[in-house]
Amino acid sequence: MSDATTDAATGGPVLAADGTPLKRSLARALRRQKWRALMLIAPLLTFILLTFILPVADMLFRSVENSIVEETLPRTVVALADWDADSGELPSEAVFAAMAADLKEAATAKTHTKVGGRLNYESPGISSLFRKTGRKAKKFDLEAGGPWKEALIDINDGWGEHENWRTILTYSSTYTAGYYLNAIDMQVGTNGAEMRPEDERIYMKLLKRTLWMSCLITFACIALGYPVAWLLANLPMRTANVLMILVLLPFWTSLLVRTSAWKILLQQQGVINDVLVWIGLVADENRLVMINNQFGTIVAMTHILLPFMILPMYSVMQTIPPTYLRAAKSLGATNWTAFWRVYFPQTIPGIGAGSILVFILAIGYYITPALVGGTKGTFISNEIARHISSSLNWGLGAALGAILLVVVLGLYWAYDKIVGIDNVKLG
Amino acid sequence: MAETASNDGFVVFDRVQKSYDGVNLVVKDLNLSVGRGEFLTMLGPSGSGKTTCLMMLAGFETATHGDILLGGNPINNIPPHKRGIGMVFQNYALFPHMTVAENLAFPLEVRKMGKSVREEKVKRALDMVQMGEFGGRRPAQLSGGQQQRIALARALVFEPELVLMDEPLGALDKQLREHMQFEITRLAHELGITTVYVTHDQTEALTMSDNVAVFDDGRIQQLAPPADLYEKPENSFVAQFIGENNTLEGVVTEMKGDICTVQLDDGEILDATPVNVSKVGERTKVSIRPERVEFSKDRLQEGAHLLKAEVKEFIYMGDVFRTRLKVAGNDEFVIKSRNAPDQVRLEPGNQIEIGWLPEDCRALDA
Repeated sequence: MSDATTDAATGGPVLAADGTPLKRSLARALRRQKWRALMLIAPLLTFILLTFILPVADMLFRSVENSIVEETLPRTVVALADWDADSGELPSEAVFAAMAADLKEAATAKTHTKVGGRLNYESPGISSLFRKTGRKAKKFDLEAGGPWKEALIDINDGWGEHENWRTILTYSSTYTAGYYLNAIDMQVGTNGAEMRPEDERIYMKLLKRTLWMSCLITFACIALGYPVAWLLANLPMRTANVLMILVLLPFWTSLLVRTSAWKILLQQQGVINDVLVWIGLVADENRLVMINNQFGTIVAMTHILLPFMILPMYSVMQTIPPTYLRAAKSLGATNWTAFWRVYFPQTIPGIGAGSILVFILAIGYYITPALVGGTKGTFISNEIARHISSSLNWGLGAALGAILLVVVLGLYWAYDKIVGIDNVKLG
Repeated sequence: MAETASNDGFVVFDRVQKSYDGVNLVVKDLNLSVGRGEFLTMLGPSGSGKTTCLMMLAGFETATHGDILLGGNPINNIPPHKRGIGMVFQNYALFPHMTVAENLAFPLEVRKMGKSVREEKVKRALDMVQMGEFGGRRPAQLSGGQQQRIALARALVFEPELVLMDEPLGALDKQLREHMQFEITRLAHELGITTVYVTHDQTEALTMSDNVAVFDDGRIQQLAPPADLYEKPENSFVAQFIGENNTLEGVVTEMKGDICTVQLDDGEILDATPVNVSKVGERTKVSIRPERVEFSKDRLQEGAHLLKAEVKEFIYMGDVFRTRLKVAGNDEFVIKSRNAPDQVRLEPGNQIEIGWLPEDCRALDA
């Protein structure tokens, strides 16, 4: 259709005035520009690489990395490879001898507790087995000490338990899917991967709750934000500016202050309950429980995330001229039809942008659910934080984080398929 | 001059006033009657109140005082969507998320018409503006002129008796604008629709309309057919606003029936038709169209008063020559002469004498 393609179609590459192919000449002309552009973004690119891309990659790696067993117990891992876990028998003397040698070395280097801790995630109790044995392992006489099967079982009964050896075998490889299995409430049983018992399933429930509550928060933000955004876009400049300051006010207040304010408002002896009791709507002994549950989390997070919904909706609404509504009315549409058929469809890009922002922020939100969520209103991010900072099971934390990342990317993909990402406008 | 509206018109403004802030009147005492099937243009500079009038008629603004009648019934309290008035907006206001056909079907859908009827009418409306094969396109995929046609078709598809157009051709280039002027007038007359058209472009107003209402300062300055408006302006605003015009200021020295004599400020004398002057001694602005000024003696009447003029500039414009003169101290005096084989080409510095027929020279308000 265009001239360029017809030129190309008539044969041979298009040549510049000096006879070099036009494409090469163009590339040379643009090279300086490209370099300059690259230099301009280089600081930010480096920063993002160091503080975002690398940590995310490291997290993804940690969620499958399992070299600690292989590194700490190298001989055992080799010897154990021949053992048939389903035979019902304990491993051979050679395995026990290898374990003794590994333990002696590990105890000297003080790494035995680490491998115990790692295996303890999979089989509770195994940590103390390594810790207790480790105390004596330093004095093992590897030449004369045998037979090690009896010796080890003598030190701790745990060495005679079939399940413990199975756990060591299962987690002896460098990479493991174990963290992910854990993260979706599964475990490696006698017949491969299986669901954990009903009462031990926590992460899937938490993930579902996180998604569900994020949806509720997003919808609450749309419902509350839409009219405000409309007002902002349609009021005279001066009034709109005042309103805009009110919308942005929460941004200028500390997150902790805002969350604490909600505590004061919502708690059972709080302002709202007091007022309800005072006007007689609620009996004094039946004060409403509005905090430390899902309700509290939803209210506080809707409040905190509302500006992220209002701003993109506002900037999209601002670009819609009022003549569209007038045109619809002149064509015979009632106010409602004009709004619903003509105005609303044009605001969908704003709603989409706001929803993606709010939903993605909500799904990974941490402080507010931790403060006002109680036990029923916490999110998956609280569990991730717990594994990273207190239980120190970084692998599981990383696996949960990776799952969250995949869920968000999946939803983003679905959004692109259904609504189309080019339909998202921030202004 | 505001006329008293006769109440037999299809659209009637009866003593309508409009104020936005309660201090200033944007529309001051508007009386206007538009006959059924008439093409009326509201012409005026921006801020003259013409668009406000249109918006009041459409129902988007409410009149502060007075009545607006449509087909004899007051419509002040009828909401816009029940007025059944088609409207073409300045920026077309085609709904961007709907296809052309959906845009056209919209007014039919809200009137609860069946699918087959809708399709039939949409097709007919598209054919009417020669856009038959564009039904599946989005407005953004059309050129300005095509969008204009669709906007027109959408305003007409539900067969309104009255169509309002708010500077609909403002965004088009000159050639397309002239073409659409013709199309719109043709359609309006073929369909027998009453049209109220707002523009600030006087050429548009003159070429399209049956009647033109010239607005200024919230009042209709003159309501007349295009030819009268151009040739017989009733006041100096209309004379200045419509077409090119030469103005000379002076005092009336003699009234003699249809002709009055005016002494210009530098003492020269000329004859004019009194329009807005009634007695000797009144100040007046005399208005003469550039193409009615003559400078070759044989074309002038015997005994006509002549004025001395000095040629300042000669501009060759192809079909006409435009010559700027200094007359009675005013060096913005322009004459236009047809590019005919025997036409004299004046040169700067030439001293000539100019004159005109008294009926082409109108003594208006000062």
